[in-house]
Amino acid sequence: MLANAPSPEHALAFAVILFAIGLAGVLARRDFIYMLLSVEIMLSAAGVAFVAAGARWAQPDGQIMFIFILSMAAAEIAVGLALAIRLFHMFHTLDVDVLRQMRD
Amino acid sequence: MSLAFYVAGGVAALAALLAVTRANAVHSLLYLILSLLAIAVVFLTLGAPFAAALQVIINAGAIMVMFVFVIMLINPGPRSVRREKRRLGLRVWIVPGLIGAVLFAELVYVIGLGRQSAAADVGPEEMALALFGPYGAAIELVSLLLLAGLLGAYHLARRETPGKGE
Repeated sequence: MLANAPSPEHALAFAVILFAIGLAGVLARRDFIYMLLSVEIMLSAAGVAFVAAGARWAQPDGQIMFIFILSMAAAEIAVGLALAIRLFHMFHTLDVDVLRQMRD
Repeated sequence: MSLAFYVAGGVAALAALLAVTRANAVHSLLYLILSLLAIAVVFLTLGAPFAAALQVIINAGAIMVMFVFVIMLINPGPRSVRREKRRLGLRVWIVPGLIGAVLFAELVYVIGLGRQSAAADVGPEEMALALFGPYGAAIELVSLLLLAGLLGAYHLARRETPGKGE
């Protein structure tokens, strides 16, 4: 570990705080873009947890898991944003409550 | 160095909190970019420079730029421009300016402090040895995943026919 690195418990606590903020955002916001945004925050929090774990043992595995999470987030957001554009063109709204009632 | 972690972590958490509570989508995106950059600083304090660089390039760079482009495509219009002009006063710059100034001052402090002992830094060389070695198969699977994402996004964004009948 680095000489002055923060303790892994504090790093994990930071990851948990970020994850909770993202989770609150997903649950509270009723717009599709904001939900994607909040999921992005949650994925970053998971990445922080992995990197902190890898830093604890000074091994590259934590950063490798972070690379995988990053790639998965990129693919997911690409598809999610394409879906958002398609939804907006079809229904002219991104309000999830309104979209939920348009089932056909 | 530990102080840098707490300051950057505080900035990241505060910016994330602001990002999920704004009414304007572009404000949320900008706060999210700030949060992701602060998380990159956290990675640096944890001794993970490779992850920090990747975070800045891919997460705060490519993914957030995609978000901004999509918001540009979805919410244009003179009505929103008028609304923005009405909102833009000096008061809206207080909180973002404060957060940016804190992060900036911290960066200056850490850089001026000089490089700490890098004995346990996990740098690109170890990452490369691991990625090309034990994790080679996983990298191939990730490339398949990215291909699937690319095809899915292309299919969803096509204009000619909706995806129902295919």
